Amino acid sequence: MITTTNKEEIAIIKEQDVVPMRNRVRDYGVKVGMSILNQTKLITAASELVRNLLKYGGGGRVIVEEVTNGRDKGVRLTFIDNGPGIVNIELAMKDGYSTGKSLGLGLPGTKRLVNEFDIKTEMGVGTTVTIIKWKNG
Amino acid sequence: MQNNVLTGLNDHESKLNSIWMQLLLERGATDGATEEEESKEFTALFLEALNQGGNSDNLNSHAFEKLYDLLSGISISRAKRGFSPRETAQYMISFRDAASQILSEIAKDPAVLFAANLELNAVLDNLIIMNFESYVRGREDVISRQTDEISEISTPVIRVWDGVVALPIIGTLDSSRTQIVMENLLQQIVDTESSIAILDISGVPAVDSLVAQHLIKTVSATRLMGAECIISGIRPEIAQTVVHLGIDLTGIITKATLASALQTAFEMLQLSVVKRK
Ligand SMILES: Nc1ncnc2c1ncn2[C@@H]1O[C@H](COP(=O)(O)OP(=O)(O)OP(=O)(O)O)[C@@H](O)[C@H]1O
Ligand SMILES: [Mg+2]
Repeated sequence: MITTTNKEEIAIIKEQDVVPMRNRVRDYGVKVGMSILNQTKLITAASELVRNLLKYGGGGRVIVEEVTNGRDKGVRLTFIDNGPGIVNIELAMKDGYSTGKSLGLGLPGTKRLVNEFDIKTEMGVGTTVTIIKWKNG
Repeated sequence: MQNNVLTGLNDHESKLNSIWMQLLLERGATDGATEEEESKEFTALFLEALNQGGNSDNLNSHAFEKLYDLLSGISISRAKRGFSPRETAQYMISFRDAASQILSEIAKDPAVLFAANLELNAVLDNLIIMNFESYVRGREDVISRQTDEISEISTPVIRVWDGVVALPIIGTLDSSRTQIVMENLLQQIVDTESSIAILDISGVPAVDSLVAQHLIKTVSATRLMGAECIISGIRPEIAQTVVHLGIDLTGIITKATLASALQTAFEMLQLSVVKRK
């Protein structure tokens, strides 16, 4: 079972919100004692998801949590937007698929960088992506 | 509810202004003459709002509109002129104190005076909050302007050798910054007739797909100018993250340090650095 030991929410409405949010995520990584490598993986993943949230979801919010599963500590991030939703998740999770003339690596790449990855989307309602990076993961 | 004692302030407009200004000066919360005109206008609009039936029950009504607009303009301008939060709060608090002082001269009956003060505070609470919200908005404008300025000045192109320019990037490489970096770099390549450009990313905290895309674009643009671009300063954790993310940098010359990038540049220029005996 995963329990939350610390939690906060950050609103993301503009490009300028990205860097402070990323720094906050790094603080959480440092606090649970992550290595530099895992911190970098976590903030890179956060960076990808927050950019998607801004670019495709029209902004939203990020919940940052310090979590533990009894054996290991970690950081859980939840990205919530009320955008149009993702038309085809299977395609969106493929390397190189992008509707935004980009590299199309954000979602599949993020999944490879973290330990747990969950995506829920509903057309016209929005998209929620949850990831966990464990300290020793 | 309309308060007759409060509307009695109408007869003391200039006195209200002079007490207010006096208090602001005493409390060191004004830069003097520059503000006097707009403060007088504030008082006039405040009284006008009351005369038009504005009171604590209808704080969002039309009667207050002009007053709110003026106050938010004043607060934003105060934020930009560098007033502290305390000085900003003092602006409205001093107005309240000035008005209170006059009220106590108009109304002798304590109960009547109390009711008038209560109403005054109810109206002013809203103005104090608004004052602060606008002040913060003004500060945010200042910050975002400074951010723009920082991103412009923090991308220096350094000529490290004849034909070699280097550009250390510190901080995040977002879209607007990339544009500035790219323009600077390409211009310097032309100006210095360089054939090699080194882009050092030691100071970039994370390379995500957007940053990678910007790096790739910069490299392509450099090549179109007939020069070669080397990316240096790729830390071990960045290298591993980029690989997991799936970014392909194979077409690009990458080096761990600026020193090894310079070494590579020398080799490309067929130069060798030798130690004197
Ligand atoms: N929050 C979202 N809301 C709606 N659509 C989304 C959202 N996130 C991703 N998508 C869709 O999924 C596609 C794939 O996303 P992904 O992040 O993998 O690639 P990208 O953003 O297009 O490119 P890159 O991230 O490499 O710059 C996007 O092109 C977009 O169509
Ligand atoms: Mg993306």
